Amino acid sequence: MNRRSFLKTSAATAVVAGAGLPAFAADEPLKIGFIYVGPVGDMGWSYQHDQGRKAIEAEYGDKVKTSFIENVPEGPDAERALTQLALEGNKLIFATSFGFMDAVMNVAKKFPDVKFEHATGYKRADNVATYDAKFYQGRAIQGTIGGRMTKTNKIGYIGSFPIPEVYQGINAAYLAAKKVNPDVEMKVVWAYTWFDPAKEADAASALIADGVDVLLQHTDSTAPQAKAQEAGNVITFGQASDMSSFAPKPRVSSTIDNWAPYYVKRAGAVMDGTWKSEATWGGIDTGMVEIGEISDAVPADVKAEALQLKDDIAAGKAHPFTGPLNKQDGSAFLAEGEVATDEQLQSMTFYVEGITAEPPK
Amino acid sequence: MIVGGIDVITLTATLMGASTPVLLAATGELVAEKSGVLNLGVEGMMIIGAVAGFAAAVTTGNPVLGFVAGALAGALLATLFAALTQLLLSNQVATGLALTLFGLGLSALIGKGYEGVRPPGTPKLDFGPLSDIPVLGRILFSHDWVVYLSLLLVALVWFVLRFTRAGLILRAVGESHDAAHALGYRVVAVRFAALAFGGALAGLGGAYLSLVRVPQWTEGMTAGAGWIALAIVVFASWRPWRVLLGAYLFGGITALQLQLQAAGYAIPVHILSMAPYLVTIVVLVILSAIHRHGVQAAPACLGKPFHASS
Repeated sequence: MNRRSFLKTSAATAVVAGAGLPAFAADEPLKIGFIYVGPVGDMGWSYQHDQGRKAIEAEYGDKVKTSFIENVPEGPDAERALTQLALEGNKLIFATSFGFMDAVMNVAKKFPDVKFEHATGYKRADNVATYDAKFYQGRAIQGTIGGRMTKTNKIGYIGSFPIPEVYQGINAAYLAAKKVNPDVEMKVVWAYTWFDPAKEADAASALIADGVDVLLQHTDSTAPQAKAQEAGNVITFGQASDMSSFAPKPRVSSTIDNWAPYYVKRAGAVMDGTWKSEATWGGIDTGMVEIGEISDAVPADVKAEALQLKDDIAAGKAHPFTGPLNKQDGSAFLAEGEVATDEQLQSMTFYVEGITAEPPK
Repeated sequence: MIVGGIDVITLTATLMGASTPVLLAATGELVAEKSGVLNLGVEGMMIIGAVAGFAAAVTTGNPVLGFVAGALAGALLATLFAALTQLLLSNQVATGLALTLFGLGLSALIGKGYEGVRPPGTPKLDFGPLSDIPVLGRILFSHDWVVYLSLLLVALVWFVLRFTRAGLILRAVGESHDAAHALGYRVVAVRFAALAFGGALAGLGGAYLSLVRVPQWTEGMTAGAGWIALAIVVFASWRPWRVLLGAYLFGGITALQLQLQAAGYAIPVHILSMAPYLVTIVVLVILSAIHRHGVQAAPACLGKPFHASS
């Protein structure tokens, strides 16, 4: 084929395709776009969101067409990525990191007929919904296992950023651990990153050097798991994803973010026209937070206790934040028998009484 | 031995491992710069070494082959730089920066599919009863072979530069390439060799990062370690033992600041994160100010282009 005839053919194809479009519109699949903050291969946070995307495809087959952009930095570039997805004809777009919040709001204004879903954020609009999971429920179960199993009575926590979600995790883990082991102490190191294996490994090494033998992480890579394995007598928990390649030890259990049911539901809602902007905060009861298999490295009675707590939380019989409870400075947070409201938790930026570490300023 | 809630022995043992990538890269860059070439591509060579080493170790199951592959990949990238700057006389600063960007991009491409994979482990060397010696046993005899290799390389570079004819030629080329050329030394060949050596060490440092220190592959995982290595060479006034001091100081304070956090010291996190950079620079600047003797520390021909016709 010479160049001229190639040009003719492609021009003809373009005309046919252009003319054909409206006719096919009715059967056209719903296009759904995703942006991820990390690589889909992080085996943690972004990986789990991508599992949700695959679940949509598995559920609806030809009726949907999904695409994603990975490694999108939180900042101005997110706006470009979202705009690109909207221009490509995606009618439902999931933005899966807290820092995409303002970019979502800006782009949503420009594309009123596109529905946006923003994970872990709090800003909404007519075409922007938010969704999040109660990760702290999983932390309470980890705290129970950790409190029972620690020999040094020191539990370490690798914090990402000092935001409410992370404070909830630290406090929930500490309260649950203290309930089963009054001598337990909480050590916190802030990494100031969601995903930086080298930094996470250093933070894990520092905590282990300080005598920690139960390690919780609020960052997304498996580097702390590798460091714990190297140290030998340290137990860890999978974060966001099961991280089962480190089972049965150091990883003795995990908190899994299961976005799939929610994603499938929301995609379905767009297709049948019932989608509306709302805030979802799912926990163990809705299946959004799953507890990964508790391995044999955990004694049977501790395992039973942890599973009991899981059932109680799911049934609403137990809440990780139940009064009487004071803040670190001794001022009252919850009265006897009082349970923390979602609003109280979503603005939590303090340690509870008993944690000796200094919160970052 | 516990001082103020910090276990000094563990800290010292940790810092040796933590500093090794930067130490290797800085030692290599020192040799390159001593030959009169400024290669700003250390970061790029490190990350290429990290991904190549990781891929090779995972594919073959042999970590030693991983380190070899990392060093080769770093040397290959450095040879590309040498060809551009020494044969085609491109600008060294611009080419070095381009090398870093190229390395970061290429490594991300190669690394697809290696994310979340676990590399084969590199065991600690077994010194038998030696590692049971109190204090010194933990500090000196509890590491993997790369840590000892890095120390050996520092000593070797120091010895060669100072006491051998090869070192003298290398320094001559770096101080005055015209004079060295007039004496019949092959300036371009010497610089090719020095750059390749520097690249190999940077690649080795990168491989250590992805195979031992983290151990995992992630895009951009060197996170500025190459730039730290470059800075340490300058602040160490191009002297091997001071490079060692600078690298260990930097690694040590990086480890210390995390342990201070873990021990619950009420020092703002941001000041702690700043400390490694600040302390390393201050100490090395003071050192070079004391030992000045009016001598220019940098090789006189550093960064200057050379062509036999000039």
